Amino acid sequence: MNEPAGGHPHAHDHGSYDVDPTHRHPPQPDLEDTPLARHQLMQMAVTSLLIEKGIFSGDDMRAQVERMDGLNPGIGARLVARAWTDEGFRQRLLADSRAAAAELGIDTGPIPILVMENTPETHNLVVCTLCSCYPKFLLGVPPDWYKSRNYRRRAVREPRKVLAEFGTELGPDVAIRVHDSTADMRYMILPARPAGTEGMSEAELARLVTRDSLIGVTVPRAG
Amino acid sequence: MNRPAPRFAPGTRVRVHERFPPGHVRTPWYCRGKIGEVERICGRFRNPEQLAYGNREATREVLYRVGFASTSLWPDYGGSERDRVEIEIYEHWLEPVPGDPA
Repeated sequence: MNEPAGGHPHAHDHGSYDVDPTHRHPPQPDLEDTPLARHQLMQMAVTSLLIEKGIFSGDDMRAQVERMDGLNPGIGARLVARAWTDEGFRQRLLADSRAAAAELGIDTGPIPILVMENTPETHNLVVCTLCSCYPKFLLGVPPDWYKSRNYRRRAVREPRKVLAEFGTELGPDVAIRVHDSTADMRYMILPARPAGTEGMSEAELARLVTRDSLIGVTVPRAG
Repeated sequence: MNRPAPRFAPGTRVRVHERFPPGHVRTPWYCRGKIGEVERICGRFRNPEQLAYGNREATREVLYRVGFASTSLWPDYGGSERDRVEIEIYEHWLEPVPGDPA
């Protein structure tokens, strides 16, 4: 047990934090403590019916949820790392991401995903101003900020300020293309390969490619 | 199937209708009435204005990506004149720019 600096006498163990033992937080509600919304109830009812009627099994449902929850930005990062190391693949990814991803055994899902490439002249940024459309098959579930009204309204209105808040300062000679994902396309950014990564393997390169750089609010860095 | 060819070719200037119908519409307000340029034709997709109400027979409409100069969308835009916003818009929301050659 670490006694806090300037510690007071007490009998209980609270590690290195100097906490007032009389201080109490309200308990955090468990999932079941908030009332079910109408659509949650509807979803439970429809799921039960579909299972009862043998349309699919409970295990099918579980496996699909597990699969969707397992989607993550590492999948998009693999595509980027391959594009950085294989010029032919880069061109095929930009032309038809579904076919190119299939070469790596990656499924881009039922909705077409357009890959937009950052260049020295142009920086790309993705937003869905209407809701939260996102390339889930390549990036997993979107971060909360992507769904916020703050991001959705400002990404089209003042993208340079938004990027600066993410630590991304663009020179005045770099043009921004903001892609508003309003309908049947989804978007992933192909960032520029950072300088100083010449000797890296494809797997090492993939680790530099973060979720935020695939949305376009940051750019990958060499380390 | 005999479907009319897409009305606007890539590179064509188009104006977004300045309409405000009720219901589920996927044309953002901020581009209504604005002039942009067709970036590409995405294909034909079922009209979300019908799909949203459970119409499984929703018609397929040509979907475009239209690019707008950010300075034309926002009069007080603070960035570069070359900055753009590109938006997916269905054909029935687009019209030729008055005065442009047909």
